[in-house]
Amino acid sequence: MPHHFHICVWPSHRYSEFGLCHYFVIRHSSFVISLMSITYLEAIREAQAKLLRDDERVFIYGQDVGGAFGGAFKATKGLAKEFPRRVLNTPISEDAMVGTAIGAAIEGMRPIVEMQFADFSSIALNQILNNAGTHYWRTNMPVPITVRLPSGGTKGSGPFHSQSMESIYAHYPGLIVMTPATVEDAYTMLIEAVAIDDPVVYCEHKYLYYHLKADKLPTEGLPTGRARIAREGRDLTIVSYSAMVHEALAVAEQLAPEGFEIEVVDLRSVKPLDTDTVLASVARTGRLLCVGESFPWGGVTAEVIARVTAEGFHLLDAAPQRLNAKDTPIPYHPNLWSTHRPSAKQIARKARALLRE
Amino acid sequence: MLQTAQRQSKTKKPKPASPHERFLEAFRWMLLTRTLEEKLVSLYRGGLITSGVYIGKGQEAVSVACGMFLKKSDIFAPLIRDQAGRSAFGEALLDVTRTYLGSRLGPMRGRDGNIHRGRPQENQLAMVSHLGAMVSVTVGALMAKRFKGEKGFIGMTCIGEGGMQAGAFHEGMNIAAVEQVPLVIVATNNHYAYSTPNDREFACHDLVDRAIGYGFEGYNLDGTDLSACLDVIGGAVKRARAGRPPQLVVASVLRLSGHGEHDDAGYVTEEIKREPFARDCLKVAEQTIADLKLVDAETLAEWRKEAATKVDEAIATAQQEAPPEGDKEDWCALSTRDLVDRWNEINEEGNPSDE
Repeated sequence: MPHHFHICVWPSHRYSEFGLCHYFVIRHSSFVISLMSITYLEAIREAQAKLLRDDERVFIYGQDVGGAFGGAFKATKGLAKEFPRRVLNTPISEDAMVGTAIGAAIEGMRPIVEMQFADFSSIALNQILNNAGTHYWRTNMPVPITVRLPSGGTKGSGPFHSQSMESIYAHYPGLIVMTPATVEDAYTMLIEAVAIDDPVVYCEHKYLYYHLKADKLPTEGLPTGRARIAREGRDLTIVSYSAMVHEALAVAEQLAPEGFEIEVVDLRSVKPLDTDTVLASVARTGRLLCVGESFPWGGVTAEVIARVTAEGFHLLDAAPQRLNAKDTPIPYHPNLWSTHRPSAKQIARKARALLRE
Repeated sequence: MLQTAQRQSKTKKPKPASPHERFLEAFRWMLLTRTLEEKLVSLYRGGLITSGVYIGKGQEAVSVACGMFLKKSDIFAPLIRDQAGRSAFGEALLDVTRTYLGSRLGPMRGRDGNIHRGRPQENQLAMVSHLGAMVSVTVGALMAKRFKGEKGFIGMTCIGEGGMQAGAFHEGMNIAAVEQVPLVIVATNNHYAYSTPNDREFACHDLVDRAIGYGFEGYNLDGTDLSACLDVIGGAVKRARAGRPPQLVVASVLRLSGHGEHDDAGYVTEEIKREPFARDCLKVAEQTIADLKLVDAETLAEWRKEAATKVDEAIATAQQEAPPEGDKEDWCALSTRDLVDRWNEINEEGNPSDE
């Protein structure tokens, strides 16, 4: 029986029982969320607007987020007008932006740091991994920061504005890593991220910013740590997350006329990773393909395959496969970029090969 | 002889000698620190402390002045050689000995050691080893206090001339000035970054000149002179509390130990040992006490004995306490327990090689 619980964002009422399907419900106050259609990017903006309205501990800290500008991608558009003291521009100092957020969180605030691009969070790796990620373990005091990473490739963005960093952050202890693939998750997971007492790396995909639309914002969502079956099938499981979920769904659609029913699992968060849902899917299909946009050495897709192989070897009818970006820096030219990242075409080729085994 | 700061604000003359009571209180924290750290060194050499011991010998006067002017509601982010300041700010000796000796009852519970300790719940931030990282963390804590409407607070963080060359320190200083938080940074130039002398660390004429470049107010200090330390650092705290821009104090001393006790510091030249900044601040302070007849020899002896007793008690207590145990440890890096990815844990439980 589903166990519903409510969050009015603060304080966070966490769910605890394992094995039950949990939801959380977002209470909307007077804030009207019913819009004609809303994009993934607008959902992120609306989530932050709600967070700022509902809790004075929330502030947004990042390059160009304030003033009339509203961020390089406009994820904070208009927010500084309503909350001039809590939507603050920073110098180009990623290390200090996150360090400042950590200090503020220790003193009771709930900061959201916007990295202009995920790629630049490499400058802040020390603060995220060695300071925020170790703090609770070392001192018994959690650090509730949310670091937003505009992630992933778009045409022409090249080596330094296209990276997917989730595998690096997931590798280190003490962090939660979210990778929302839908407008609904972009909204509810960001609200949940800020409610969580531990540091959250929230990977929002730039390709989805304008491409995804929903009719309205949700009032409830699956909690972090629960994967979602994005499409049911019985012949092959494609495990994916973030923008790659949509490539996987396109492949499922493409292969359906050929008689293949592909199940698509959207991990939603890569840490924690919902291994049970993946294993249950593989138990139904007997075949596994993992697709991720980050670089191929190690990472999320390797982790999923390692877990399924260790725990569900007997469930597999064929060797599990994975598909990642190529092991080169991310190219600038669209012709190169579209080959570098896993595309529906590449996924389909891999899926057909797996299905033939 | 009480020396004053070498360089002060042009508009303000140095204060006269600090009150004797404050000087003596600071001296007693220094004495306690020296006693404690000598004992820790003995334990290390006897193989009773794992990893390393990092002491602040020669830097106690600067450090104690950092702790002396803080209120409990202020933020203090000390660094590697700040035992005197930590004690003056309120850190219990037991926190030190429990952390060095790996007691489960210490604030770090065996999860971190030596100088990597703190109680953030009590405004003692726990340093990470990556130098410069704590500057912006202190800035953030001060911003939070301002968000919450608190008044009259300041933050203090310490660094060495080695750490001043790290990128994080630059970003931290800059963001402190941008945010105009009431921060005091006390930088101690002890003339060596581990084994590297100043001429391979920086090329500017004087580190304090950096203050103006960031929008700080800067002061130089003879770190071997306790009275000057109290005056200059006390003044910086007062100015920060009064709403002046962030403050940078650069103290000059010689590190009178190795980087850690594993290091014999054979690279320290004889020439530099003859410099005025190579004086032992504790001996200088003691000489001042004798010259000014602030207390008699018997009282000094009594203070020494008292310090030794306190240290011995703290060590004996920690030594009797249980160390952490791997198979009983709570291996959980998140406070949100239902978000812990338990896969590896489950796999370990099922690993036949453990049986």
